[in-house]
Order: sequence, then C-alpha cells, then structure tokens
Amino acid sequence: MSELILKTAAQLADALAAGETTSVELTQAHLDRIAAVDGDVHAFLHIDAEGALSQAAASDARRANGDALHALDGVPIAVKDVLTTTGLPTTCGSKILEGWVPPYDATVVKKIKNAGLPILGKTNMDEFAMGSSTEHSAYGPTKNPWKLDRIPGGSGGGSAAAVAAFEAPLALGTDTGGSIRQPGAVTGTVGVKPTYGSVSRYGLVALANSLDQVGPVTRTVLDSALLHELIGGHDPLDSTSTTTPVTGLVDAARAGGTGDLKGVKVGVIKELAGEGWAPDVMAKFNESVDILTKLGADVVEVSTPSFQHAMAAYYLILPAECSSNLAKFDAMRYGLRVTPDGDPSAEDVMKASRDAGFGDEVKRRIILGTYALSSGYYDAYYGQAQKIRTLIIEDFKKAFEQVDVLVSPTSPSTAFPLGAKLDDPLAMYMQDLATIPANLAGTPGISVPAGVSDVDGLPVGVQLLAPVLEDARLYRVGAALEGAIGPVLSIDKLEVAR
Amino acid sequence: MTETLVPFDEVLERYDPAFGLEVHVELNTNTKMFCGCPATFGGEPNSQVCPTCLGLPGSMPVVNAKAVESAIRIGLALNGSIAEWCRFARKNYFYPDMPKNFQTSQYDEPIVYDGYLDVEVEGETFRVEIERAHMEEDTGKTTHIGGATGRIHGADYSLVDYNRAGIPLIEIVTRPILGTGAKAPLVAKAYVAALREILLGLGVSDVRMDQGSMRCDVNLSLSPKGSDKLGTRTETKNVNSLRSVERAVRFEMSRHAGILDAGEAIFQETRHFHEDTGTTSAGRPKSDADDYRYFPEPDLVPVAPSREWVEELRATLPEPPAEKRARLQAEWGYSDLEMRDVWAAGALTLIEATVAEGASAQAARKWWMAELSRAANDRGVELAEVGVTPAQVAEVQKLVDGGSLTDKLARQVFEGLLAGEGSVAEIIDARGLAVVSDDGALGAAVDEAIDAQPAVAEKIRGGNQAAAGALIGAVMKATGGKADAKRVRELILEKLA
Repeated sequence: MSELILKTAAQLADALAAGETTSVELTQAHLDRIAAVDGDVHAFLHIDAEGALSQAAASDARRANGDALHALDGVPIAVKDVLTTTGLPTTCGSKILEGWVPPYDATVVKKIKNAGLPILGKTNMDEFAMGSSTEHSAYGPTKNPWKLDRIPGGSGGGSAAAVAAFEAPLALGTDTGGSIRQPGAVTGTVGVKPTYGSVSRYGLVALANSLDQVGPVTRTVLDSALLHELIGGHDPLDSTSTTTPVTGLVDAARAGGTGDLKGVKVGVIKELAGEGWAPDVMAKFNESVDILTKLGADVVEVSTPSFQHAMAAYYLILPAECSSNLAKFDAMRYGLRVTPDGDPSAEDVMKASRDAGFGDEVKRRIILGTYALSSGYYDAYYGQAQKIRTLIIEDFKKAFEQVDVLVSPTSPSTAFPLGAKLDDPLAMYMQDLATIPANLAGTPGISVPAGVSDVDGLPVGVQLLAPVLEDARLYRVGAALEGAIGPVLSIDKLEVAR
Repeated sequence: MTETLVPFDEVLERYDPAFGLEVHVELNTNTKMFCGCPATFGGEPNSQVCPTCLGLPGSMPVVNAKAVESAIRIGLALNGSIAEWCRFARKNYFYPDMPKNFQTSQYDEPIVYDGYLDVEVEGETFRVEIERAHMEEDTGKTTHIGGATGRIHGADYSLVDYNRAGIPLIEIVTRPILGTGAKAPLVAKAYVAALREILLGLGVSDVRMDQGSMRCDVNLSLSPKGSDKLGTRTETKNVNSLRSVERAVRFEMSRHAGILDAGEAIFQETRHFHEDTGTTSAGRPKSDADDYRYFPEPDLVPVAPSREWVEELRATLPEPPAEKRARLQAEWGYSDLEMRDVWAAGALTLIEATVAEGASAQAARKWWMAELSRAANDRGVELAEVGVTPAQVAEVQKLVDGGSLTDKLARQVFEGLLAGEGSVAEIIDARGLAVVSDDGALGAAVDEAIDAQPAVAEKIRGGNQAAAGALIGAVMKATGGKADAKRVRELILEKLA
C-alpha cells in the first residue's frame, strides 16, 4: 500500500505542486487500494482505471509545462453514479439504467474534468438516491469500511465509503434529505450540502428537484472547501442556479483552523434531541458543543417547532416530484426494455420494463407520490406539505436572527447492521430526521466527525447549519471543531486496514 | 350505433349550441421552448434534439425568453391581462412521443388571462371571450406504420420524431361561446380566421394550419332551447382548416341533436374529424376529472414579466386587424361587399402591398380578385402562394397605366408569370406583348378598317361616336390585340372628323 493514499486532497495538491509526486503515481496508488479492498467494501459500481490514468498522465504533462488548471489538477476523485458522465455508465443504482452511457457530462463533472481531476469511477448508491443505507442499490449494498457488517449510510454510501476506506481522497455526492451528511456521519468523513442552487444540478438525475443538491465528500473540512469552490457557481443550464459567486470557503476553512470562534453565536436545536436519539450519539454531540464553547463560541438553545413536521412534509414533496421524474424511464428511448410475450402494446412494454427495472423502495415512492398529487388529494397532501415547508423556512429565519450557525447531531445513531431496517421503511426514514429541514429550506449544512461512540467504537457526526448563501460559516466553525476534536478516521481503525 | 343526423335548421328549432375553441399555435422562435435546439420545420427526423428535449436523465429545462415575449404580445393583442407572476407546471401522462412522460405546460397560473376577440359574421359582431392563453412545449410526432387507419391501434410499429418535441406552443382557450344560434359554425370559423390574422400580423407564428403550426380543438354541446344549463360536450380534435372548423361545428350539432332527440345522453369523449367526409368519429373517453396530477415544475423559476417590459411590448403591437381593415376600406374606397370578399379571399395584405408598390386600389383588387384568385383556386393554393408577387402586379399595372399594355395583354403577362416564364419584362419580350401605339403602323390599320366598313364610317362622320367601337374592334383584331385602343379611337375620330 502506498502511503500517498493517506494524504488529504490539500496535501496531495501541495505534493503535486512541489513535484514530490505525480498524478499518475497517486492515481495508481488509489486504483491499487480500490483493487485491494473494494471487493469487501463495494463502494464502486464502475471503475475506470484506464480513463483515470490517461487523465492523470495529461495532468502531469500540463504540470510539467507549468499549465496546471487548478490546485486540485491531478488529484483523483470518485463520482456518485447519479451524475452523468460521458463514456462511463450512469445507472443511479438501478437496473432500469443498466448499461446506459450518457451522451453528456453533468456540469459538475465538466467542472472537475476542466480542472484536471482524474475520475476513478462511479460510486454505489441507493436506487435513484432513495434510502439511508445503500442497501437499496440494485447492485448490492456498500459496506461500512469501519465494520463490514454495518451500513455506510445512504444514499451516498458509496462515495462516503470510498473516501473513508482511502480508495479516493475526494468524492462527489448528492444530498436530497441527508444523502451526503448522514453517510459522512456514519463513516467518519466530512460531507457538505451546499446552499440550494449554488451548485449546478444539470446532469444530476433528479430524485426531488426542489431538494437535490450536489456537494463534496472528503476526509477534512478544508478538502471539502477546495472541492466546493471548484464545483460551485452559476450555470445557465440550471434555471434554479444562483448567480452569487461561490467563494471564500477555503479562506473560511483556513480561518477556522486557527481554532478561534470568539464572537460566533451557535444555536443548539432543541427539537433535534431526546427520544429516538441514541445516548452514545448524544454524548459525543454534547462534547462537541462543549468544545465549541471552549473555542469561544457563544452557545444558546434555539427552538424550531416546525421541524417536527419536516419528515411528513418531506415524504410528500419528495415522492410527488420523484413520481413524475421517474416517469421518463419507459423503455422507449434508453435503459432496460422488457418485452412481454404475445403482441404487446407500447403500454405493455412500459409496464413490464418498469416492473422489472425498479426496486421496491422506488415503487413505494412512486405510488406515494402519484397518490399525493392525485386530483382531490393535492391540497391535502402536496399543498399542505408546501405550507410546512414555508413554516420551516420561517423557523430557520427566526433562528438565524439569534445565532450564526445551528448545531445538532447529524444522525440519530451510529452505523446500524446491514439488514436491520430493511423491512421497516419508517425506521429507515428516521435516519434523516436532522438533515431533512435544510433540504426543505434550501439552507447549507455540513457533517463533521465528532468522535467515536463509547458503545460500538463507530463514528458519530455533528451537523452545522447556516443561512442560505452563508456556506462559509460552516467551514469556519467546522474547521475549528475538527481541529479541536482531532482525527477521528484513520486507516488503522478500519476493518479494511492496510 | 347508427347515427341519426338532424338537419341543421331543425337542430336550431329545438336546441341552442354552445361551443368553445382550444387553439394550439406553434411559435416561430429560432429555438425550442426549453433548450437551444433549432425549432425549424422539416429537418431530418431526430436531427434537432439534445438531452433536454429528449428528456434524458439529468437534463434540465431553461425557459426561452423569446417565447415568453411572443406569449405576452399575443395576450396583449387579444386584449388580455398579463400575469405578474406565473409558473410552469407538469402535466403527467404516459405517451411514447412524450420524452419525459410529462408535458411542461402551465396549469392554474397562465401567462395570459381574461382576453377577448370581436368577430364579425354577416354584419353582426360577436365577442368571443378568451379565458386564458398559456405556454407549453409540443410533443414528438408519431407516425404509425401499417394498419388501416394510421392510428396506433392496428399499427405494426410506430416511428417517433422528436424534432417537434419542445417546440414552443401557445394554447389559446375561449370561454363557452353562447347565443350564436344558426351562426355558430360561421362564428367558430370567423374566430379562428381572426385569430390567425392577428398572429400573422404579430409575426409570432407561421400559423400554417396545413402544416400543423396552428391546430384547433372544437368543443361543442347542445342544450334545450331556452335552457341556461350547458349540455354534455364532445371535443373534436385536430380540426385543421378554417372550412373544417365550420363543418365540425355543423356536423356535431346535427349529431348531438340526433342523440338527444332519441332521448339518449351525449357521451363525453374526444372525436376525430375526417377531412374527406366532414364527419367525426369516436376517439377516447374524456372526463372532466382526467387526472394529470399537475404540480409546479420544480426545475423552473417563476416567470414574472415586469410591467415595464409588458408596456414596451404593447408598444410593438401592430394595428389591430379589424381597425386596419376599416382604415384601408376608407382609404381604398371599397364597398362593404368588396372589402368582405377581399378579406375572405386572403387578399388584404396582398392588395396592401400592391398599393404600396404604386398601383391604384381598384386595379390591385381587380387583378388579385379575378385572374389571380381564379388561378389560386384552380391550383388549390392560398392566394399568397399563387406565384405572383404584389410587386409584379404593380409593375404590370404600371405598364397598363402607361399605355404600353392593354388589360388583355396584361392577362397574358400574368399567364406567363403563373407559368413561371420569368420576369414581367422577359415575358413581354418573349411573348411579343408590347402595345402598338406607333401612329404610322396604327394609321394603316385604321385606314383599312374605314375602307372595309364604309357604312360605319358614315355614321361616325354623322356624329355617332359610339359607332367607333366596331372600327376599334377591327383594328384590334388586325393587330392581334396589341394596339393601344385609346390611341386607335383618337385616330379614327381624327380621320373621320
């Protein structure tokens, strides 16, 4: 095993800039690591060794000429399989898209390509990003590198596990209700959901368009800031894209790294604690709050009463949008086609293909959403959910009149055993209790490792939330907390060790 | 079920018709509604497509600002209100030519609402109230191969062309039009014609009903005479010519009356219109509760046209067609009947252009309404597509006014133009159509004519100038019609003074 894989992305960028290593060398090191452990972890659905190495060689040639495109030019990355990539399959973890190779790159993929980051491959996920354990992938679950019988979180368990297992220094994830942050929490990695609209969604195969956001998955807060600045910014192809430049995040992370939080007001969310929250998680969370106080932050408790309805609203809005988004998978133009015997009509082919191509969780949400949008039920379900959404936005607004950032545990428990919640959708949905409000309000959030549980030795995450377009606050406070807590993840703690 | 058709006049003895029109108009923007693909007609199948209009996973729509501008101008021209804030919505249903299996349209927040259009039928003005006009995208075009009907049922396979998918559409929906009685079919036709004229004037669409860039759905119901409750309606889809609109209303009135007379109920459904027979046949059942599960399109931000922009666009509107017709009629001195004929023949803008090229209004009307209308009719094309331009008509008339062509020769020039024989000058040259007004050549012919008809010459000498006609005719015959008749008359009168 090459020691290169233990370095952070920022360290790798420095090493490349100093000529201490080459992109080919470190890309190969990560490909070797993937070859060694991914049979156990199953973080990747597609590995593109050849493509990554040729991109790495091109990066080295540029750098030799002094033409590096970006600080991260040459640092390899893994991409969640929900983002379109030319020349690489994009399955969204679904059988219905098996073998589909998109003819276009997602804007974020274009950005990382234009910056010279070799793409190692596409990472596993719950089918169409529906789930909190990656067990709903049609291609088999991803395992938590800390303990292979545990879930890596979801839906972006593949990206989080790849980064946690040192198979990739960086990854892209997407977060609709917590799919970046919750996997971050249970794998001891950093995950950021940026402000809605600040990172292009063009080429992100939509789960719920009004909630989805692309974000970084890394091992440090600074690495997230570097990747976030690279992928952020306005995109004319995404109408919901904000025009505010995405800058100052790296500076904020560096500033936070000094450990001084004097003058920062932090609000502990009263509603995200108590029943349903595992004591070992709460213990680590309380330690983090104490640390924030020690770093000079002014910590108070704030109440966000509408958050208790967030889950209900989320499970109406999301299925409604996804029931419509997934209608396009009808076997007419791409993807799986199942032709029933006899003389089937186009409609028969659509039905058979969708029946065979979608998993149970996807079907469950399509049915839920179709029902919620039906004539006569729309006002009672979708309409009410939108009102709750407005109330949650109001709650955030009021809270941010009192404090600069909000804090809560990211996830109610540490990584649970594979299969433990598969037959209980509601228990699975509860994993996202703390993360969903930010998606409903469009506010940014980060999950930072808070330490490991005294009970099972598995990582616990702490979530920070900031107002819309104030993502920099997450990086300042997150980096300060990270520095004070010290390293949580190390390769020697993993079941897939050296 | 055999259909009993009640004669039209009888229908009106027992029933009042109510009808409404939904007109889809393809805008002539350069690009599609939500992507940058060309929106032109006639490209190779599936050559004008991209991830967005193909609905590929991950693709996203961006609203075409030019289409919004066109929608607003249409709304203003139809005396409508322009929404200060409106959204697109998804209309969810499955169909193979719908790339996303939802159509991005507008639902309860249309960009235009509460407009109207006044139409005139046989001297009576009817106000057609427009409930709304909204923006949406067209679907792909499916061609069913095999089977007898060209419809999906019975077809061996179907071909889908997505070039049309995503072309910007405006759907203009009227409120139910009541109280038109026997004139219902004509009011329906006149409304579509007036709408077409307005859209042409705005330059926002080709409005070619034959190419599908303007498509009409006709809703119709009957209620017992004097009742204020609307009956059950049928919706006849894709009625694609002005004449068909009239016929569809007429046919459905007769058909509905037959069913109601038998004491049966009208089945709410869509109907197909058959151009060849002027009849309709059953389509699919349609209930008011067709559940399209509309919800606001989350990938698009609301459209909120500023009032300043709306007023800027209002200033770009052309003169309303009805007002323009009144002005031109006064300027041209046409009778009401002449004006109505000119409009009905689609000659108004042609005559306007011809007059602008220097011809008199009377002369322009004469050519367009006689020779050229006849030719268009014979060829089954619109007058504007007959193959002669207003500039050419004006050029020919100028030669007539200058005496170098007679009307008879001018007709031959038009024959040549219609046959594609070249320019006016080329045709005159090739066909040898120049008028003979040279006194030397004419003088000989006049002398011959006088010698040949001494009795007529005597009458003229005796002061009967009207008798000169016989001699003029002879001279014209002798010169093959190329003589300047006016000059011939002068010469005859001089010689016999």
